[in-house]
Amino acid sequence: MQAFKTLTSIATPLDRANVDTDAIIPKQFLKSIKRSGFGPNLFDEWRYLDHGEVGMDNSKRPLNPDFVLNKDEYQGAQILLARENFGCGSSREHAPWALEDYGFRAIIAPSFADIFYNNCFKNGILPIVQSNDILDELFAFKGEITIDLESQNIHANDKNYTFEVDAERKRRLINGLDDIGLTLQYQDEIKSFEQKYFQKYTWLN
Amino acid sequence: MPQTLYDKLMSAHVVREEANTALIYIDRQLIHEVTSPQAFEGLEMANRKPWRTQASIAVPDHNVPTTERSSGVSGIQDPISKLQIETLDKNCETFGINEIHMNDIRQGIVHVVGPEQGATLPGMSIVCGDSHTSTHGALGALAFGIGTSEVEHVLATGCLWQAKSKNLKIEVNGELNAHVSAKDVALYIIGQIGTAGGTGFAIEFAGTTIQNLSIEGRMTLCNMAIEAGARVGMVAVDDKTIEYVKGRPMAPTGDEWDQALSYWSTLHSDAGAHFDQVVSIDAQDIKSQVTWGTSPEMVIAVDGSTPDPTQESDSVKAEGIRNALDYIHLTANTPINTVTIDKVFIGSCTNSRIEDLRVAAAVAKGNHVADNIKLALVVPGSGLIKQQAESEGLDKIFTDAGFEWREAGCSMCLAMNADKLEPGERCASTSNRNFEGRQGQGSFTHLVSPAIAAASAIAGHFSEVK
Repeated sequence: MQAFKTLTSIATPLDRANVDTDAIIPKQFLKSIKRSGFGPNLFDEWRYLDHGEVGMDNSKRPLNPDFVLNKDEYQGAQILLARENFGCGSSREHAPWALEDYGFRAIIAPSFADIFYNNCFKNGILPIVQSNDILDELFAFKGEITIDLESQNIHANDKNYTFEVDAERKRRLINGLDDIGLTLQYQDEIKSFEQKYFQKYTWLN
Repeated sequence: MPQTLYDKLMSAHVVREEANTALIYIDRQLIHEVTSPQAFEGLEMANRKPWRTQASIAVPDHNVPTTERSSGVSGIQDPISKLQIETLDKNCETFGINEIHMNDIRQGIVHVVGPEQGATLPGMSIVCGDSHTSTHGALGALAFGIGTSEVEHVLATGCLWQAKSKNLKIEVNGELNAHVSAKDVALYIIGQIGTAGGTGFAIEFAGTTIQNLSIEGRMTLCNMAIEAGARVGMVAVDDKTIEYVKGRPMAPTGDEWDQALSYWSTLHSDAGAHFDQVVSIDAQDIKSQVTWGTSPEMVIAVDGSTPDPTQESDSVKAEGIRNALDYIHLTANTPINTVTIDKVFIGSCTNSRIEDLRVAAAVAKGNHVADNIKLALVVPGSGLIKQQAESEGLDKIFTDAGFEWREAGCSMCLAMNADKLEPGERCASTSNRNFEGRQGQGSFTHLVSPAIAAASAIAGHFSEVK
């Protein structure tokens, strides 16, 4: 996993609430058996004027000029600004894969759906919760934003905003640590738990 | 100290505790073809083996065709769907995981198959790379959806890191009105608390109305917990739960059954247990529901009208209403029962169980779908449900009424197989999500109960059961 320490970038403002994972990456793209390559189909139904399918040459498809991702001023943005309940619906991890593949490394929103929020941390994306009022300020501000994970600070428009993040998740993200490898450090503990557990709940083994 | 059901289930599975998180032991992992290939690929790349192969059970459901399947996986028309199912078959074989194959009579939607086979039992911790895993909480289990990285993590370690959720009790008391089902209760609750109302919470559904629901009804309700933002939905174990589990192929027997029973009888919230939030609902207030917009919280009674954004004071909400009406081609203040439909879908992990099919068949019996309905699909949740329904003659009732009777799978709930809506088509659907494009790009989904789906198919527009 790619480590996340600091990030300075302009931000793409996606001004709608309840953006679901079906919208982030429509189901036809879930048929891939790979983890990469979802970026060109991020927000596919909003981003293109035609219907997208797997295997199309996305560079030849007609873009929706009104959709924010297609505006010149937001090209290269690595931060996404969103509204309430971002990432609701399906648990598909293809959603953070698509966001990451497109180039987003941080999302700032007033709230996130639980499964999506978890999935972000597994993929080197930092989801940040800020109040609606602060989001309004960030939406209005068009310049570069700096996010520093170590100090849990957002710097934008000469102002600083702090944010909360679970200490363990922060440590893993800053160091780009592999969750499975870390958990397997405790394999003896898991084995001894199992032994006692199956003695008590015999029917589960 | 008195504990909630959720607290009991969590603490029984804690392997290791850290500040804000705990390593939880996972009893059962359910696997399907869409969210697992990258997890198996990850295992292979890191040269890891599954921690405990017997914890997992796999079944293809999202991509399977619901039409003729006699030529097996190799006969699937869509090459990409075919590849995904072949990949599941290959991975299960490579890693020694028990798989119910596409043409096995037991095949079906993973959340229908698990309880049906006794693969999901009370008290278990159950995960699956699918948000509707909350369904299994209907049996008094701790069940929730996870992402693919977590699928890989559970495969490799048998465990998962989990932060503890807060406890939310949703209490529904009283007798349900005629033709009102668990689906209407679920939609009504989501309409009340919103799609983020349960975020950060584990929901326990309680009260006399819930006690009176069948296990199938409780599954419908817990299935929709995620549409209220909660990863976990649960109902306490009672006699109905035990009756449901007894004799299932993977359920314990003999002495183990007796031991299990004594443990399962403790799986309820203790008197005086603390809930962070309690929502009380009077069953009498719940009418048959229809969603009008592009989020499950955008819901009204079948005799209601679409909302008017100019009457909404919150500007983000007003914009949401405008966007949704605009997308779904409806205007404000339209009585929903005047809106005509093109297709009807009865199925999905929410409403494809035998009880659902019986209710829909009772409404369809002796009637015929309206002339404006291009397609009315009935897709049973599993091959065994299909067989049961056929033995009761339900298939005949449906086909006589002009419905199509199909093979088991997720089908038009998310339209990953050939069953989908065309742009501009409007569907009365017993599934769980009405997001933009969910059932096909540019299509319009309205979530309803099986009874309302059948009644609307016959009327040609949204309709109460006549």
